[in-house]
Amino acid sequence: MNYLDGNAAAGELTRIFAVDITSAEGQCANCGARKRFAEAHLYVDCPGLVARCALCGHVLLRLAKVEQRVFLDLRGMTHLIFDTTQQQELSG
Amino acid sequence: MWRTATVVGMQYETATARTITLAVRDWPGHVAGQHVDVRLTAPDGYSAVRSYSIASAPSSDRRIQITVERLPNGEVSPYLTQEVMVGDELELRGPIGGWFVWLSDQTEPIQLVAGGSGIVPLMAMIRSRASAGSAAAFRLLYSVREPEAVFYRDELAALSNQGNSVAVTYAYTRVTPRDWPRPAGRIDAALIATGTWPSSLRPTSYVCGPTSLVEHASDLLIAAGHDRERIRTERFGATGEQKRVQV
Repeated sequence: MNYLDGNAAAGELTRIFAVDITSAEGQCANCGARKRFAEAHLYVDCPGLVARCALCGHVLLRLAKVEQRVFLDLRGMTHLIFDTTQQQELSG
Repeated sequence: MWRTATVVGMQYETATARTITLAVRDWPGHVAGQHVDVRLTAPDGYSAVRSYSIASAPSSDRRIQITVERLPNGEVSPYLTQEVMVGDELELRGPIGGWFVWLSDQTEPIQLVAGGSGIVPLMAMIRSRASAGSAAAFRLLYSVREPEAVFYRDELAALSNQGNSVAVTYAYTRVTPRDWPRPAGRIDAALIATGTWPSSLRPTSYVCGPTSLVEHASDLLIAAGHDRERIRTERFGATGEQKRVQV
């Protein structure tokens, strides 16, 4: 199935996160790979958005809206690391 | 989080692509490579959101430009390329994304690889380099169907014909200009060897376009010795469409 980069989820994720999560480094809970979230494979031909690890394919994040409630499933990442200097630069 | 943007200018880049200049009253500024989400809402409440890369360099005038390619079955692009008029208002979310960006304090060599309308965020980087007076060494490899489909042709020609220039290499995939030395065809290893920075310079590469181009060009760069960690990618959908990314 075709996919995009994690970058493409940035807009929808601003609904939830105050800072840009796509430039944060996340660790895959399955294979342990540490990569920027933007480098994940993003599947959009499904209800909501699904991000998978670019190396092992494990589901990192699911975001879906059911009626008026947004569900966020982050079980596939053990942690996220944010670079605060870059966040300041990007916010202009 | 949705901002109101007013259309203040439009110009065609090709027969099917149009650059739209938007004035955004509370625009906080952006960096090259970021995108915006545009939301259109029909009278019955149905709404559609699409992502478009920002084409313009960061500036303080609270204006941005996006370049939109018309897609035959698109929900949003036909409106933006054919119907919208100066003075109309759009809903816009952004600036978005902090990974596929070039910051003017980056000094390493930069390799840009564009496929079709994937040129748009890379053009923002080229314009940002110029407006910031950066001396970072830029090269652009631009894969495009035919000469008539090239965006920003005159500006790219001007930028590549002056000192401190951006070297531009075109790869025509269907139709070439007359007497073009290379037959029409997709990017290959020979073109990577002659049209991009050698891996020994350790450039950061930005590759943007349809998924097939992004995969193919990234594989060729890696085969030429580039470090996967230094290649940043932004894929469009299989049809060249910026996909629905709304939940």
